[in-house]
Amino acid sequence: MVATIMTQNMAFQANSPADDQAMLATLGLAGIDELFAAIPPDMQTSAFHLPAGLSEMEMTRRLAELADANARNLVNFCGGGFYDHFIPAAVDALAGRAEFYTAYTPYQPEVAQGTLQAIYEFQTAMTRLTEMEVANASLYDGGTALFEATMMAFRITRRRRVLIDEGVNPIYRTMLKCYSANLAFEFVEIPLRDGLADRAAFQAQLNRDVAVVIVQNPNFFGCLDDLSDLIAEAHRSGALGIVSVYPLALGIVKTPGAMGADIVTGEGQSLGLPLSFGGAYLGFMTTRKLYVHKMPGRLVGATQDAQGRRGFVLTLQAREQHIRREKATSNICTAESLCALRALIYLSLMGKTGLVEVAELCAANASYGWQKLTAIPGVKPVFHANFFNEFALSVPANAADVISALIDKGIAAGFPAGRYYRGMESVMLVAFTEKRTKEEIDYLAAALEAALC
Amino acid sequence: MKLIYEKSVAGRRAVRSPRRTVPGRELIQKRLLRTQPAELPEVPEIEVVRHFTNLSRLNFSVDTQFYPLGSCTMKYNPKACEVVAQHPGFVGIHPLWPQLRGGGQLTQGALRLLYETERLLAELTGMAEFTLQPLAGAHGELTGAMLIAAYHRDRGNAKKHIMIPDSAHGTNPASAALAGFQVVVAPSTAQGTVDVKKLKGFINAETAGMMMTNPNTLGLFEPDVRRIADLIHAVDGLMYYDGANFNAIMGRCKPAEMGFDVCHLNPHKSFAAPHGGGGPGTGPVGVVERLRPFLPISRVVKTRDGTYSLDYDYPKSIGYVAPFYGNFSVLVRTYAYLLLLGREGLRAVSDHAVLNANYVLNKLKDIFPAVSDHCMHECVLSAKSLVAGGVRAMDIAKGLIDRGFHPPTVYFPLIVPEAMMIEPTETETRETLDAFIQAMRDLAQTARANPAALHAAPVTTTVGRLDEVAAARNMDLAFEGKFLHPNGVL
Repeated sequence: MVATIMTQNMAFQANSPADDQAMLATLGLAGIDELFAAIPPDMQTSAFHLPAGLSEMEMTRRLAELADANARNLVNFCGGGFYDHFIPAAVDALAGRAEFYTAYTPYQPEVAQGTLQAIYEFQTAMTRLTEMEVANASLYDGGTALFEATMMAFRITRRRRVLIDEGVNPIYRTMLKCYSANLAFEFVEIPLRDGLADRAAFQAQLNRDVAVVIVQNPNFFGCLDDLSDLIAEAHRSGALGIVSVYPLALGIVKTPGAMGADIVTGEGQSLGLPLSFGGAYLGFMTTRKLYVHKMPGRLVGATQDAQGRRGFVLTLQAREQHIRREKATSNICTAESLCALRALIYLSLMGKTGLVEVAELCAANASYGWQKLTAIPGVKPVFHANFFNEFALSVPANAADVISALIDKGIAAGFPAGRYYRGMESVMLVAFTEKRTKEEIDYLAAALEAALC
Repeated sequence: MKLIYEKSVAGRRAVRSPRRTVPGRELIQKRLLRTQPAELPEVPEIEVVRHFTNLSRLNFSVDTQFYPLGSCTMKYNPKACEVVAQHPGFVGIHPLWPQLRGGGQLTQGALRLLYETERLLAELTGMAEFTLQPLAGAHGELTGAMLIAAYHRDRGNAKKHIMIPDSAHGTNPASAALAGFQVVVAPSTAQGTVDVKKLKGFINAETAGMMMTNPNTLGLFEPDVRRIADLIHAVDGLMYYDGANFNAIMGRCKPAEMGFDVCHLNPHKSFAAPHGGGGPGTGPVGVVERLRPFLPISRVVKTRDGTYSLDYDYPKSIGYVAPFYGNFSVLVRTYAYLLLLGREGLRAVSDHAVLNANYVLNKLKDIFPAVSDHCMHECVLSAKSLVAGGVRAMDIAKGLIDRGFHPPTVYFPLIVPEAMMIEPTETETRETLDAFIQAMRDLAQTARANPAALHAAPVTTTVGRLDEVAAARNMDLAFEGKFLHPNGVL
């Protein structure tokens, strides 16, 4: 007996059993298995130890139980490159429109002008935020964006040596090492000097083999720097400068464009994306027009139709994998379009003034936190540099233990630097966003002081 | 439509900033600050809302149109999966919390969700273990190729080449190259499947492995897959399964039982996570037992007391391919979908996907020659018979737009001239398929009677065919206050 099609409406399949039978009859078939005749029977596994399907109500209840098993209402001072910012309601409402989220990559421009124009507007926003000339449509996240930028620098310079500052997020540096395992290039990590890029150490390593100098601003410890001199120095030896940034900070912080950067990357999560346990996030990249052909990822350009009407298309696709295959600038296909849309909506809502204000608020809260926390006996700032919204404190105890103790008080007090930096077991990073209030900061200070007693 | 920047008027704003609660000001030296604010739009909230609402209406989408884009699996994205993914208990959790000492308790639900998703995917594919870290399908391919490289490095194998069929997606060779391999193209037979005899001639001691999609991009099951696996395994090579077409065999076949050692899946295709206009996706990668030590860290593990935690103690691991645990928000949708469908539902997906594709193929193959009389979840038709009359596959695609359908994938796979790749998916009704079939037949007629009408298509959209050559030449990639086409109509 040939199996007929499943009859239960459990797969969002649209047709009824009668439809199935009629369609099979059209094909001259008695049963569905005949359509799978090309697959040798011994590859058609019978045993799948999978649970039976659930109703929507049962599934929703199960997921709610899992969601409720995660912490809520924790006062969060944990950052490390990923921040708890406020997201205006209109971001969810607009990015939640199914015409955006159930569309595909805009290969057919006439029926994708919504997505394409939004990407063009996103590219524009990122160039203005970073003061660079061109931006791509998005990359996966800040770390893969940094890897893609590094590969791009190799293509431009035809050199294979990387100088990377230890202030670059250690998670990203770990990712770069992972990706470099099969590719012939070499990393030199340059230790920090009082929290900032060590100019002399970079100088000593810069030579004609160096493709690129990679720095981050603000760096992993929250320290701010003007990297113009270091990038100029890199240029003198024919190397490029990549700066990884925290885009919300660019509301007030000196831009990588103004510092002379060649490629800028970053994690766009701060621009209207929830923390969401690490994704989906938003990698972005901006660069100079000169290098656009070496850039990875999708690019949207403005053009017109035969009647002179303005429209937008994917452009310069000859760089990409679906045309160049193994010779492409990257294997990247689509990336994080919907996340880029969220960032664009966020930046449109914040606007020219709002983004400055939110960045100032973050910095002001951090300033206040610095005063309160460094007033605790035994708690000292680790570095002397200016900071944006995060800074490193040394505590007279193991920082991981201190943070652990504060979890019981309902506080995620920060991140222990010793997790990624040897010899920094007493150091914790504390981050502040516009969501933190004076009361919460005072509560953190009191709880930390009590924990250290 | 005007750009959001063209709607900007100085002094207008949407969001009111929260009041400052702390005394004092930030103390950042002026040299570290930007000299002028970024030129972001100054628009009231209603303008932002109208702008993006109206932009969204310029898109075709699964929720508004039939979207038979071959190889993309544009199936319906269940609303329930969207809703559960927005739960504050999921969106509000910081990825570094479980890395704090004692922080595992803060994210038990999320870790359990990841663990169970990995187990479900392992069972569905026959693989021993999965990582959910890769952030997209192509990223999964890269991860898989890196796992193959790590395996050979560990064994001291001097391997150079990855075999990839000529019908493969462009991401396959690009991913293999990024993992340090040279690509050897495996030719197809006239029937459209891998030519085993020719492949055999390319395999040698330097063969690291082979990447295959099965069914392949022609919608055909590769019948010799086990023989190919034996040939590759005989030189200690590894078989990579590209899950792009998993929708065809889900719940029926397991890639591990076809001889594959590594596989990636595309939950944004097979498991109905939305495509988002080009991401976010995810690209979970599964491996057989002997590749387990090389998987990326961290790994989610279930401890003896029934709790879940992160394990970094895998000395042979390739490391971090992503900053954290994958695109979690997409994985929540994936898990929800797997729970909704269950064992029978997942098999019903492939049954209906294959039935729908064959139905379309059957009703169109008389006018658009097909590679084969039968297909799996998608069919590839050719518009080559219309070329002499001046009509190409792209013209048919544009004609479909005026009939209210998203076009199929055109000019892919590369080995079929004037290819049109149609993947209806299981979530479409017979009436929708019939309407699409009728539109295709009408267009073939128009192509012969009045090719100029098709060259002018589409005429129902806000813009007609756009000048892509000018776009590439002018490189207008960001708005600089004025457009290159000052006379252009907005």
